Amino acid sequence: MSGADNSGMIKAIDFSSKDHYRTKAFPSPFFTRQQAVNELQEWGRWADYLSPRAYYCSSMEYFAARNASAVFDLTPMSKYRISGPDALPCLNRLVTRQVEKIKPGRVGYCVWCTDAGQVIDDGTIFHLSEGEYRLCSQERHLDWLLTNTVGFDVTVSDETHMVAALALQGPTSCATLKAMGLEGVENMKPFDIEYFPFEESQLMVSRTGFTGDLGYELWVEPRYAEALWDRLFEAGKLRGIQAMGDEALAMLRVEAGFIQAGHDFMPAHATVRTTHTRSPFELGLSWLVDFDKPVFNGRKALLEEQARGHRYNLVKLDIDGNKPANDSFVYTTGKKLIGTVTSAIWSPSAKASIALASVKTPHGQSGEEFLVEIYYQKELKWSRVMARARVVSDVFFTPPRRRQTPPADF
Amino acid sequence: MTNDIIIIGGGHNGLACAAYLAKAGKRVTVLEAAEQLGGAAITREFAPGYQVSAGAHLLYMLDKNVRKELALESNGLAFSQSNMKTVALAEDGDHLVIANNSAQGAGITDADQVALQEYQRFMTRFASIIGRLHNRIPPRIATKNSSDLLTLAKTALDIRMLGRDDMREFLRIAGINIYDILQENFDHPLLKGALSMDGILGTNLGPRSNNSVFTTLHRLSGLQGINMPRGGLGAVSEALATVARKHGATIRTSAVVTRICMQGDRVTGVELQDGEEISASAVVSSADPRTTFMGLLGARNLEAGFVRRINNIRMRGTAAKLHLALDGLPAFKGLEAGLLGERILIAPDIEYVERAFNQVKYGQHSVHPVAEITLPSLHDDSLAPNGKHVLSAIIQYAPYDLKNGWASQKAAFTEQVIDLLEQYAPGIRQQIIHQEMLTPVDIEREFRISGGHWHHGELAIDQFLMLRPAPHSAQYLSPVDGLYLCGAGSHPGGGVMGSAGRNAASAILKATQKDERS
Repeated sequence: MSGADNSGMIKAIDFSSKDHYRTKAFPSPFFTRQQAVNELQEWGRWADYLSPRAYYCSSMEYFAARNASAVFDLTPMSKYRISGPDALPCLNRLVTRQVEKIKPGRVGYCVWCTDAGQVIDDGTIFHLSEGEYRLCSQERHLDWLLTNTVGFDVTVSDETHMVAALALQGPTSCATLKAMGLEGVENMKPFDIEYFPFEESQLMVSRTGFTGDLGYELWVEPRYAEALWDRLFEAGKLRGIQAMGDEALAMLRVEAGFIQAGHDFMPAHATVRTTHTRSPFELGLSWLVDFDKPVFNGRKALLEEQARGHRYNLVKLDIDGNKPANDSFVYTTGKKLIGTVTSAIWSPSAKASIALASVKTPHGQSGEEFLVEIYYQKELKWSRVMARARVVSDVFFTPPRRRQTPPADF
Repeated sequence: MTNDIIIIGGGHNGLACAAYLAKAGKRVTVLEAAEQLGGAAITREFAPGYQVSAGAHLLYMLDKNVRKELALESNGLAFSQSNMKTVALAEDGDHLVIANNSAQGAGITDADQVALQEYQRFMTRFASIIGRLHNRIPPRIATKNSSDLLTLAKTALDIRMLGRDDMREFLRIAGINIYDILQENFDHPLLKGALSMDGILGTNLGPRSNNSVFTTLHRLSGLQGINMPRGGLGAVSEALATVARKHGATIRTSAVVTRICMQGDRVTGVELQDGEEISASAVVSSADPRTTFMGLLGARNLEAGFVRRINNIRMRGTAAKLHLALDGLPAFKGLEAGLLGERILIAPDIEYVERAFNQVKYGQHSVHPVAEITLPSLHDDSLAPNGKHVLSAIIQYAPYDLKNGWASQKAAFTEQVIDLLEQYAPGIRQQIIHQEMLTPVDIEREFRISGGHWHHGELAIDQFLMLRPAPHSAQYLSPVDGLYLCGAGSHPGGGVMGSAGRNAASAILKATQKDERS
């Protein structure tokens, strides 16, 4: 892996070395290319990796994703390979949904819980080939996954560092991949997985993403990472391709109504105060909970919760005005405190102040009106506004191209 | 659905539970894997003509309620010896004899005598706090259940009622080690060695390990004197079986349960080794929690957090059992013949005991082990042919997970133990007609206790009450509907008490009544 030579500051990581732990922040396999376009030189952290917060302007990066295409480095995401004769029953016990519904060559969104039915994390299961799975998530879960293997003939290996990954998101993403020579990529349906020859290796492509838009994720061995980046940007040059950092992605995912660990819920294993976690029902994920299958982690507690009633609803809010409602309290119109905003942005595509919020039941019915307490400042002068907000049931931004197959050519 | 209850395991707790459930009108079937009932409270032949209590060999704390409510005495339970003394052997033959709160011999000082009286006073007092919990279904914390809150309140009140000084002392010592307490109170090495044995027998602890005051208090908590049932410990199990049968329980031996069957979230019965399936509305397991959940039910049928808890129960057996058939009575140096029938200890001082423990930390057995020795045939001539004798001894420390395994080291260890006996009773080697050594691995195999741990899991503050065997399976329940626990792995733990079986029966009756109503 290269990287050290060019930066002089950042040490390349050799994961086969016993000393790799001495490095606090690993450069991604795309580091040399990221650094070259990272005009701001603002590096954030995602688990073990350096992850650019923004390359040159988070708003422009956001618009690239909505109007052309944007590239986001996914390498730091946790990637666990789950294989062996019992891979399916083991996953079925781990997550709350029916895993057999995710056929080979398909990807499925899922959520997994503690025995107490509290969400540990959400993520995606990639059914790579018959009986071979990859579980991807934001947080690290090796310990929990190994705990889950007891009694199953299954192997879990952490391949986070063995796979370099890029998300290519936006309306011109399909055309870019076609121009890159991925024949037939336009026929992939949402959540499909396909393999394409790449250099002396192969490139795995999934039609997935965290933007709620047309987009793909590209998975390759780290030694081909730079080649992938170069060929992608070459093919996308006339299609408006741009690198995109964490800040732009954060806006995109709120518009798509996607929740994120650490923002919209506390991962149960990282939570000390046990009442601060959420169940899948309380995150609007009841469609992911399938009581038709036998034992799964949290089943008993979730059955009890279903009978007893939930504590919270996670809602999408359309808020009057143009002030983002970050960290705001949510009140009824009668000014009774009922919850908090978990994520909020000014949405350039919806042209609205939007938010995800966690409110106490029974509040949170579609169309219900709330007041949101927003603090904002202009040149250090602070003001407060109690903005009206409505619970909406539709996703803030969901263009038809998101599901269109084949997507439009550019 | 049938109304039958299946009890897995015909040990004393399984039988006690069966007796109570049958008495309450339930149709109960007990399935014991071995040919003989009793589990680790059993008397069996170990050499032609020689019988021994192959598991526990002394009866300390048989639950008074079980004894009375099930009328064990009128169903065959009798004692060949009661209120036995403790003899702390000295290598030079100047032994110390402890009985009824006083010690004689070995130049014991008046100061130590006074200290012993005081030690017995406060330890008995503190032990009674734990003792009062034995017959209570352990309360859950963070609950609104009124009976749980009442039990918690009663326990808090018990502690408060000790008075300021004793309460302070109880709270100071409950979590610490017996070494410190004995050093604070006594001078005599034999006395400290002997008393430390109360804290470490059957545990994976040395005198300096924290929690060894708690194990001492647990042993004292139900203490009814040190007794020997006529016919060995198996007599306790037989009396319990007699009562259970009288109330209509069916008891089967050589019935090896291989699987607890489930449908949906509910237990439906069990499957035996020969393929026979028996359905039941409830299954009660007196097997240890790891055998029950990991072995019989299977991790796949449980949620992962619970699996982790069960797998993390500390249940590493460290006690071995030695049985000798002797051609006559052994002669211990300096020990008068009248004391041969008492409880004899090799634990000459507390440092010796701690050193014996040192090796197990590293996966080795003790070089100089400690021992609790009895000669049951002295009190009970049914156990050995005329003129011959049986020696039964608990030997520590012999870790379950011995480095390089027991197969290659058992013979050498046995020799080492006999050498040790020879030091105190010269000539004993020549008297041996037969010998049997049960390492924790043998104990695991014979009694089907995972890890070979007598108590089905260390008795520790963090594995007691609502934490025994693990959260979500306290109160004799389990995460699976219709599956209950009644063994030593549940509150109040091991030792031949029968309390777990008794408490489980009342928890099961309560739960099944609720099921029937709904």
